Amino acid sequence: MFSIDHWQEILFTIRKNKLRTFLTAFSVAWGIFMLMILLGFGTGMQKGVEYDFRQDAVNSIWFNPGQTSIPYKGMKPGRNITLKNEDLDAFNQKVGGIEYLAGRFFCYGEFTVRYKEKYSSYQVLGITPEMMYIENQTPKTGRYINELDMKEKRKVAIIGPKVEEGLFSKNESPIGKWIDVRGIQYKVVGVYNDQGDEGEVTRIFIPLTTAQLAYNAGNQLHTITFTVGDASVAESREIAENAKAILSEKYQFDPKDDRAIFVWNNVENFQRFVNLFLGIKIFLWVIGIFTIIAGIVGVSNIMLIIIKDRTREIGIRKAIGATPASIIGLFLQESILITVIAGYIGLIAGIGVIESIKWALIEFNVDAPYFRDPDIDLITAVMATLLLVFSGALAGYFPAKKAAKVNPIVALREE
Amino acid sequence: MISLSSITKSYQVGAHALEVLKSIDLEIGPGELVSIMGSSGSGKSTLLNILGILDDYDSGHYQLDNTMIKNLSEKKAAFYRNQFIGFVFQSFNLLSFKNAMENVALPLYYQKVSRKKRNKTAMEYLDMVGLKAWAEHMPSEMSGGQKQRVAIARALISNPKIILADEPTGALDSTTSMEVMDIFREVNKQGMTVLIVTHENDISKLTDRVIHLKDGKIMADDIAVAS
Repeated sequence: MFSIDHWQEILFTIRKNKLRTFLTAFSVAWGIFMLMILLGFGTGMQKGVEYDFRQDAVNSIWFNPGQTSIPYKGMKPGRNITLKNEDLDAFNQKVGGIEYLAGRFFCYGEFTVRYKEKYSSYQVLGITPEMMYIENQTPKTGRYINELDMKEKRKVAIIGPKVEEGLFSKNESPIGKWIDVRGIQYKVVGVYNDQGDEGEVTRIFIPLTTAQLAYNAGNQLHTITFTVGDASVAESREIAENAKAILSEKYQFDPKDDRAIFVWNNVENFQRFVNLFLGIKIFLWVIGIFTIIAGIVGVSNIMLIIIKDRTREIGIRKAIGATPASIIGLFLQESILITVIAGYIGLIAGIGVIESIKWALIEFNVDAPYFRDPDIDLITAVMATLLLVFSGALAGYFPAKKAAKVNPIVALREE
Repeated sequence: MISLSSITKSYQVGAHALEVLKSIDLEIGPGELVSIMGSSGSGKSTLLNILGILDDYDSGHYQLDNTMIKNLSEKKAAFYRNQFIGFVFQSFNLLSFKNAMENVALPLYYQKVSRKKRNKTAMEYLDMVGLKAWAEHMPSEMSGGQKQRVAIARALISNPKIILADEPTGALDSTTSMEVMDIFREVNKQGMTVLIVTHENDISKLTDRVIHLKDGKIMADDIAVAS
């Protein structure tokens, strides 16, 4: 079965029948190629979604105060709600399921920040230490805001990478340097990294308590945010409702009032996108499977034609003494050889195209929405190729078997 | 060499059976040069199929060189075809994508002879039919007579017990036909049993024995009319 001579015979037949070999090979290669492209784009879309959610923890829930819009307990709508530091403690004590909890204070207005002769304007925010986890930040150099900074209301700041670029020359470390933020001097203790977009990397963070003191805010907060660990969508919704109920009781607004407190549940939003793209992925798979089926049908068709075409050859071989098994073997091995090589070419071509797109996206810095870093799951790809090869061989088997039964005299009479 | 007794064969055509061979008795000894004549529908092709182990028969006995040929498996039939029989066809039936030498060598491929050895043997047989110089040519580059000589070389290469030729000159002009017949006679002189199916008197005249077939029966069995 596996003699060199046998393969020579097969290779010989292939070489002498270039067109039909090419047609068979092309339909297989095309099927695999299309599947690879589809799978690559599917992965690209999935990664795109994940990337677009990268700037904050996907399991974070955000509370921003607003204005009441529903009359409640005899009070008119239109009251402003203001969050306080003690709400953080209340959340900590009364709301279950919270992983990291942080408060944030926006320093509104134009903040010109100066270091030596360089200056620019940046957003300045007061935060509590656990914000690091919620904002998905990592310290690049130095450290993050800590509890001691909070307690002692230190005038320290951590800056975004773009701020570092803007204020400091390349070979100067910002750590320990004093920057001037609209008249107040802060000591830079760290530079953070954030995967987020421009807005997320041009910020200066100072301790919440320092911000409240420096800008006369008492104990006012603009945002309370927390992560919920690996809570499900339903669980995250319940946690958010519990938290909102505490605020509703304290600030006297209708718990159903969506405008008194704006709740942004990332778990829910992320899940929505995950579901959407799961749907797209399933859709791509369905198309891919149909493409494979089309490929299989194509291969079977060509196999049928080939065998019809070669009925005479089969007759001659049989008259000369070929056994039916050797006839079937000849055709099967020929078709398997063609489909394997073609499948491999399709696989390589598909991966090549996907990798080129990947390269082009990076090289030309294309920021396509919800599409990023397309990739092919190699195991899936190889499985799909093997499936196609197997199906092609199977599709060739039945016509070959039928052909092997042909009466040589009948086959040879055919002019 | 060949011994047929009471061979019958019928084909199912629609509702009724068509009896193609009606009790054929035939003995062909080793080294004979025999022709079978008959018009179309006489059953000569069916007889040839049975002799060539390409078709089974309904009843009777067929012995080929003391081997009983009956109810063989496909594999066994293929083996006997390869070992015992060399076919020559009217339309040559060479594989168009193989050159002359490779065509001649093909039966040895099914005997698992190495490529080198079978090509060497093929060259010897091509030499025998006078086509050594054409070994590398494709069938499409050859004349009908040359193709048939290649086919004869292919039939001979497995050193069979009998050559079965089905209208071997049907597609050739008379001059080439004679050349081909010369080869058959030459081969026969060296001891090979040759059986030729034909409907041409000119051809059958060149054989030692002529069997006339009509309506599935042997009508006459004339030995050595000419030569």
